[in-house]
Amino acid sequence: MATVAAHMADATEKRNQIWAFVVTGILILISMLYYKANPYYIYLVVYIWFGFAYGLMLQYGRFCFASASRDLFAAGVPRMAVGILLGLIFFSLVAAILTARNMTTFHPGPIGVHEVIGGIIFGVGMVLAGGCASGSLYKIGEGNGTSMLAIIGISFGQAIFADIGGVFNKFLPQSWIDSASSQTFIPKEKITAWFDYFLVGDVFHKPMTTLDKMGLVSGLHGIIKYLLSDAVINTIIPSLLLIIIIYAFYIRKGFIKKWVKKGGSTGLGAELSGVWSMITASKRTSLMGVLIGITAGLHIFVLKGMQIKFGVSNFGNILTRMGHTADVSIHGTVFDPGYWYITTQEAQFGAWVLEKFGWNMHDNVFFGVNNGIPEPWRNPALWMSVGIIFGAMAMALLNKEFKFKLPKGELIAWGLFGGLFMGLGARIALGCNIGAFFIRVAGGDPGGWLFGVGMVMGAFAGVKFFNWWSERKMAKEMASF
Amino acid sequence: MAMKFEKTGDGKYMLDVCGYVCPHPQIYCKKSLEKMKEGEVLEMVFDNPSSAETIVQMLDQAGHELLEKKQEGGKIVFRIQKA
Repeated sequence: MATVAAHMADATEKRNQIWAFVVTGILILISMLYYKANPYYIYLVVYIWFGFAYGLMLQYGRFCFASASRDLFAAGVPRMAVGILLGLIFFSLVAAILTARNMTTFHPGPIGVHEVIGGIIFGVGMVLAGGCASGSLYKIGEGNGTSMLAIIGISFGQAIFADIGGVFNKFLPQSWIDSASSQTFIPKEKITAWFDYFLVGDVFHKPMTTLDKMGLVSGLHGIIKYLLSDAVINTIIPSLLLIIIIYAFYIRKGFIKKWVKKGGSTGLGAELSGVWSMITASKRTSLMGVLIGITAGLHIFVLKGMQIKFGVSNFGNILTRMGHTADVSIHGTVFDPGYWYITTQEAQFGAWVLEKFGWNMHDNVFFGVNNGIPEPWRNPALWMSVGIIFGAMAMALLNKEFKFKLPKGELIAWGLFGGLFMGLGARIALGCNIGAFFIRVAGGDPGGWLFGVGMVMGAFAGVKFFNWWSERKMAKEMASF
Repeated sequence: MAMKFEKTGDGKYMLDVCGYVCPHPQIYCKKSLEKMKEGEVLEMVFDNPSSAETIVQMLDQAGHELLEKKQEGGKIVFRIQKA
């Protein structure tokens, strides 16, 4: 009997391995077909394979930004918060070197209270949905149907929010309307939605900067200038402080108790051992944090190299050269962040679908002026998202962790509403846990921390809600004994 | 779909949260252990791999013992003794 069970387990493992190779093989085939169709598409293929690499690492490390604050508040587990902070530290070092060498595609975002507000809404959404924007993608690769609903919510929530006006425009502050009317850089006929006034009348006027330009290190030059400002001051010192704070609040008491019980003496040595034990408690998450940080830096480097090779600053230039002029915005651009990003490409997909149903999604600033709505198969950032799903699927299959789970009952509501909240938050903050936080902080933009603060606050509220909800359900279950 | 938390014997409990995704398995695991007495054993069945990493660390920090962990066709089974 035991032999039969072992044989069946072997067969399942082998079948999973074959499927992992099939998934990878499909992406290889797609990449070759694109290159054969036009060598320009190598630019898009780069996005596919960086997405695939992120997917492998996210799934292996169970790397989800929702888990960072949620598991800390709900279960006192810091593994993911530590993993993200390690990722930020390593990413910032690579990013600073690239900035110094003028090999970066990074650009800072507007700094303002909108990031905190967007972060709060996003934070609530990611706890409800059970995963952040990147986490939901990798969980689709594990077969998780709730995460699929979350991504649907993110896609359509953003697309609709970016285009909707009408009655909502009655709630616009007069200052935004005045400011949007007096500017000359965006055609007036494109400023139609509430979100357009928010962008053109308010957010576009906010300061955008990185720490290296803020005068703190004006006497320094070269790599040391960027390493000290963008990496050390903006990212590494705050990250290390957060690691120490998390250790002090969640780990220290239990660790020191065990340490003393084993005969160790208290002091700095014990504290450092405690911090180290926290970092290594989940080796796979911490290791993937480091690797994801380095990979995100390499991603910037390779895409900058592509832009130099083709003499472009945006994939929209390439699409125009190939004659796909309907794909691009009125400025000839499409959404091409030049680095790891999640939400805007999903908004484009949502807009593309809505246009098929007759909804004009080009009469606004977000799609019509800035990002365009390329056909999904010519959308480089969307291919990155597909790459993440495929990478996570390959890793889940290899680890026997792939299981298709249809969302049922309450999870349908949590997935969809969580996704909608994430989409709304991401638009207000102009990015998600990756684009508005991870990339911005590591790139030296202090505004990224504002989104992080909001995201943690939102996650705290989400955890409070779920604690109440689960307590209620537990009480029902326990009524019989 | 519903979670199941049942008393299966003297000092033995079963928590089934199959189908649930993050953060439900880890929250229900924590809350189930809170309801139990020291030395009692919880058998937990779930199918969300991302929760496993968090639950293992949560048990370690709280001093609960993970007596057994096994994988059965996409389902993960943890046997946990409350400290």
